[in-house]
Amino acid sequence: MSDFWSMGGYARYVWPCFGFAGIVLAWNLWAARRSLSAARRRAARALAMAASEGAS
Amino acid sequence: MWTWFYKLASPPYVYGVAAALIPWLLGTAALAIGYGLIAGLGIAPPDYQQGEAFRMIYVHVPSAILSVTVYTIMALASAVALIWRIKVGHAVAAASAPIGASFTLLTLVTGSLWGRPMWGTYWAWDPRLTSELILLFLYVGVMSLRSAFEDPSRGDRAAALLAVVGVVNVPIVHFSVVWWNSLHQGATIVTLEGPKMPGSMLWPLLSMWLGFMLFYGAVLCIRVQGEVLNRERQSAWVQEAIKS
Repeated sequence: MSDFWSMGGYARYVWPCFGFAGIVLAWNLWAARRSLSAARRRAARALAMAASEGAS
Repeated sequence: MWTWFYKLASPPYVYGVAAALIPWLLGTAALAIGYGLIAGLGIAPPDYQQGEAFRMIYVHVPSAILSVTVYTIMALASAVALIWRIKVGHAVAAASAPIGASFTLLTLVTGSLWGRPMWGTYWAWDPRLTSELILLFLYVGVMSLRSAFEDPSRGDRAAALLAVVGVVNVPIVHFSVVWWNSLHQGATIVTLEGPKMPGSMLWPLLSMWLGFMLFYGAVLCIRVQGEVLNRERQSAWVQEAIKS
């Protein structure tokens, strides 16, 4: 098992490579979901404003 | 064919299709990446020249292919938006830019980590590396240009124009290893003689590539929903869409 983690002496290149890939994948999901919920909030606010203008 | 094209230009249709696709794309991406990781890290034999260091291929190559594919999709969507004045085109382009930029950065970082033990340097002003860096600058330029205008539709058009012009860099990235002397190795998978690696190394790579593509599809669908909402705030269908 320790052979696996040492990656033939290249561990300090191989693992950061896969680690950074994990970070990029996770960031993409997180940032996309955040931008979608921000867009939903903005759209809801615009709708609420239009409704209150229509009522007055 | 044309009715399908017209449907694709309709924001509520795109919003609904994107929402329905997300779980499927994410699920299949997880399966493909999971298999690619297990087989690539645990089953594939070490390379006869590079030893265990070659395993970085399983991140670097799928990410690099994605960086140019996403740019091409962004440029095509921008061209469609400019020519036919289709808003969904701008939404797809705007949604693609940050995804493409992040995978271009991943390509540069993983390439640099691979370059250190194999070439003896993290960075060289090599044609392949330099054109990939220019790709990152193009993504950043397209994103900043879009947000630089007060009127969002002018920002969309300016960003679309830059995305279309910048597409000349895509063949430069691809053929840089053929046209110039490069430190970077040439094509290994798609060659006239067929792939230059055995199946035990190739299958995990193809699976990772497929997984990255599906993952891009999923993130694109999430972002496209937001970009469509931003451009359609005044439309009646939005009221129904955000309630659900």
